[in-house]
Amino acid sequence: MLEVTGLRVAYGGIQAVRSITFHVNQGEMVALIGANGAGKTSTLKAIARVLDAAGGDVHFCGEKITRVPPHAMISKGLALVPEGRGVFPRLSVAENLAMGAFVRHDKAVINDDLERIYGYFPRLKEREKQLAGTLSGGEQQMLAIGRALMGRPKMLLLDEPSMGLAPLMVNKIFEVIRAVAATGMTVLLIEQNARLALQSSQRGYVMESGEITLTGASASLLDDPKVRAAYLGE
Amino acid sequence: MSKWLNPRSAFGLTLIIVALLALPFVAALGGQAWVRILNFAILYVFLALGLNIVVGFAGLLDLGYIAFYAVGAYTYALLASPHFGLHWPFWVILPCGAAIACFFGVILGSPTLKLRGDYLAIVTLGFGEIVRIFMNNLNAPINITNGAQGITLIDPVAIGDLRFSTTTHILGVSLSGPQKYYYLLLALAILVIVINLRLQNSRIGRAWQAIREDEIAAKAVGINTRNLKLLAFAMGASFGGVAGGVFSAMQGFVSPESFSLIESIMILAMVVLGGMGHIPGVILGAVLLSILPEALRYGVGPIQMAVFGKMLVDPESLRMLIFGLALVLVMRFKPAGLWPSPERKRAAPAAGASHG
Repeated sequence: MLEVTGLRVAYGGIQAVRSITFHVNQGEMVALIGANGAGKTSTLKAIARVLDAAGGDVHFCGEKITRVPPHAMISKGLALVPEGRGVFPRLSVAENLAMGAFVRHDKAVINDDLERIYGYFPRLKEREKQLAGTLSGGEQQMLAIGRALMGRPKMLLLDEPSMGLAPLMVNKIFEVIRAVAATGMTVLLIEQNARLALQSSQRGYVMESGEITLTGASASLLDDPKVRAAYLGE
Repeated sequence: MSKWLNPRSAFGLTLIIVALLALPFVAALGGQAWVRILNFAILYVFLALGLNIVVGFAGLLDLGYIAFYAVGAYTYALLASPHFGLHWPFWVILPCGAAIACFFGVILGSPTLKLRGDYLAIVTLGFGEIVRIFMNNLNAPINITNGAQGITLIDPVAIGDLRFSTTTHILGVSLSGPQKYYYLLLALAILVIVINLRLQNSRIGRAWQAIREDEIAAKAVGINTRNLKLLAFAMGASFGGVAGGVFSAMQGFVSPESFSLIESIMILAMVVLGGMGHIPGVILGAVLLSILPEALRYGVGPIQMAVFGKMLVDPESLRMLIFGLALVLVMRFKPAGLWPSPERKRAAPAAGASHG
């Protein structure tokens, strides 16, 4: 469904991503793990076109999207949940979710989707009228995911959903991510929390200084001695 | 809109309309100078609401807004004065001024699309100064703007035989020039208020809000941030252009001096002091900051003469002192402005926490 070939990202002269190639199949959850500064977020931003790639190609559903403007991505079915959540702090929870459906015009279905998302996250329903900026970090992450789902995407790009959250909240967020994936949603997950990411996904890629160094089924990566030593603290 | 239909609101609205219509006659009791002060207050309301689109709605800090006002003013001055011998009617020039200012808005907007916050402020500030300096120096080799001397003898607004520069008698009521301008300005101000209100709750308005809050997230939900930012600049600039045209006609004289940086800052202060992004707040800010200094000018001098028998403090310097103090106090005690929107009020205590 998503095919990334030879993608490169550079900031000035510094190469953050050095020609990486990977793919995500339809209905699959794939984890891209790696340490801080490995180039994970740059990769995701380049795919979502929030950042310009220095080279390489990205195909989504067979279509080349390397030159598509970022605001057209959601209409193509690709939804980014940005790093650090990126909710609209001075809009209410309900307004944030409504913003997620900005490009859609099918009002009746939008309301159904809203109820479905409140079903995933009852917390958001309770805080419907509250400003997003006053929510806790975990609730903001729920809101960011909910908002992305409001665009009815075919695929979710999640950038560090566990970042800065309490362990209990991290588990809750991942429960929802797994539930969303179970509905058939394709997910590319970027995480520093390697264990949780690999436990939730089918396949994984390990990134190190801008390159993919290891790949395989998530279960086998969890058993890989190198991964265990470097990312699972064993 | 349904809230306007209930009887109490309708009564309040009628009261406001009657008060606004009667105001120039009340002010005229204190002399035509007060009518002129009122006119400038409305002109500033107009300008502040134009800037509110850029700063309040879209969150783009623009310190060069006065440049568009200058473009509108000079457009009017050049097309309706003996300088080029052109005397176009005002209803042709005002849209021209708006269009030209809009064009300049896009010119300023396009290179600054990727800038935010302080960086955008610096570039827009530079743009404002560039326009002023151009006005000051475009008298050679071809004399376009007449340089620092400015352009004089600008035609007043005229509708048929009704010239706005002189007093006319209609149905036994004598209407002075400034009073006529008052009604023209009031009509324009109501128009800009309605446009602002409509924009606020529109798809465009919500998209601007999203850009203001988080640009990457705005892109992610499918907002074309580039076009919408340009639109904000263009619309804000058009309003500035119209205001400039009316200013030109009202004064009969323009020179680069009227378009200095301090004017941009003044209009921005009106928006911030009143309540950024909140239309009633911005109107309040504009009225306060344009009328208070004048009231001081007329009040402080005579009071000092009466109490001390001589002038101790020059009213002009006192004005800046009080102005500065007022700004500091408002920022300390009402950081969201004197009359903020309900959302901002709710957000104000949590603003520090949400960015942590």
